[in-house]
Amino acid sequence: MPPGRRKWHEMKSLHEFLTMGGYAVYVWPSYAIAALVVAVNAIAPSLRLRRLKAEIKARGAKKP
Amino acid sequence: MDRHSWAWFHRFASPPYVYRFAGALAPWCAWTALLLIGFGLYGGLWSSPPDYQQGDGFRIIYIHVPSAYLSMMCYALLALASAVGLVWRIKLAHAVAVAAAPLGASFTFLALVTGSLWGKPMWGTFWVWDARLTSELILLFLYLGFIALNRAYEDPRSGDRAAAVLAVVGVVNLPIIHYSVVWWSSLHQGSTRFFGGEAEIATSMVIPLLLMILGFTMLFGACLLKRMQAEILARERDAAWAAEVA
Amino acid sequence: MSRPLFALMSRDLKLAYRRRDELATPAIFFVLVTTLFPLGLSPQPDLLQSIGPGVVWVAALLAGLIGQQTLFKGDFDDGSLEQLLLCPVSLELLALTRVATHWLTAGLPIVLLSPLMGLLMDYPAHAMGELVLSLLLGTAILSLLGAVGAALTVGLRQSGMLMPILVLPLAVPVLIFGAQAAAQAAGGGDPGAALYLLAAMLVLGITLAPFAIAAAVRVSLES
Repeated sequence: MPPGRRKWHEMKSLHEFLTMGGYAVYVWPSYAIAALVVAVNAIAPSLRLRRLKAEIKARGAKKP
Repeated sequence: MDRHSWAWFHRFASPPYVYRFAGALAPWCAWTALLLIGFGLYGGLWSSPPDYQQGDGFRIIYIHVPSAYLSMMCYALLALASAVGLVWRIKLAHAVAVAAAPLGASFTFLALVTGSLWGKPMWGTFWVWDARLTSELILLFLYLGFIALNRAYEDPRSGDRAAAVLAVVGVVNLPIIHYSVVWWSSLHQGSTRFFGGEAEIATSMVIPLLLMILGFTMLFGACLLKRMQAEILARERDAAWAAEVA
Repeated sequence: MSRPLFALMSRDLKLAYRRRDELATPAIFFVLVTTLFPLGLSPQPDLLQSIGPGVVWVAALLAGLIGQQTLFKGDFDDGSLEQLLLCPVSLELLALTRVATHWLTAGLPIVLLSPLMGLLMDYPAHAMGELVLSLLLGTAILSLLGAVGAALTVGLRQSGMLMPILVLPLAVPVLIFGAQAAAQAAGGGDPGAALYLLAAMLVLGITLAPFAIAAAVRVSLES
């Protein structure tokens, strides 16, 4: 079968998608870990910014 | 030298400017990333057919290759920022390097994990000492060393400069390390090349892969910009402009 | 210009001689680590022969690094390091001299002991020269790399194992080429390529490392 787009009648089924042809236990954890790594790197700085801003505001309020 | 032409450059040495610039640019990068990755995942996971030899297992490539590429690009960026900080004494450059390090380490970790998960069904073991994975492992140690040295110093400015020296030494060493690992790997592997399948990458894989690489790069950019913002604000928390922004 | 350099070298050598018991510890460590491997694995000659070059090299690497952590510590603590900055000779040359002295006192004993370690690991006698040569080049490179790590961590109060952690990844190419040279010589092959690469790394190290060491010393002193 030549590489390239599938024909319409050979389109993937949802089952095939979920089981990844038997490799699901390798493929899906890979994507899950990737999502986790990206999420942590996206959220952690935002949390840190929020903490910093709160700290700066608090310090500003303390000053007479 | 026309003073006007350097004005835009000097703005990038100003923490409040870079803080606002990063804050404005990050969402654009994030949305672009989402778009590119969305299309990449559609092409990679859904519409492209399974590989002739590896079945659907090859689809890990869409995570592994972008993260491996980014892990190396991030180190180059880290070293460049460190060099700029050392030579021109721009503190902001050190902030970029310190912000980039954990991000680069994350992507290196991701490359290693996905490489392992890709290797298990293909070659039977979770770890293979091939050139790519071994290089990534050493790169992870380089990142961890940078972070450890930076944190070990009590005075953050000295910590920045010490880690910067380490980064520059590391980046000079990196081609040597990579070459030596490739050489070592070729001696001990004989004819089987673990990631040799890339030479026959099908056209149906190329477009989703490119989309994923670009998308991940945009994602990396967005995360780096946010991290830079946090790092800059932390360093400048006592400044007047910080009180305005908080 | 070379008078301060000779002065530094003779001072370092005199100090090393005064603490000559301490001098022996890297060498003893080298021997100990080498003996751990047959004890931990098995003393079968064919196993020892296959792992020998690598084991001797790893032992040399660890012995060299662990002993080098305090390369600048003494001078840092009593203020002599700052005095070196005031020297008319460039800090880079002083650093190179310090590394040379360190190699004479720490690296050279390891090189001289290596045939003995080769013997322990059933290393073939005909290839002993190549083993010694690989370690001669390798320990010199490691002294240069280790000095960078030592300079970066000298100002830290509790650095622990940080210096070896920083330097070991950078030392991987040295290990690969060095152990490979020894292994190829043992197996009857041609160690030329690996040895030339080691020599090239040494030249690169002598040229570039002093700048990194000097920069690191300056950072440590300003903190």
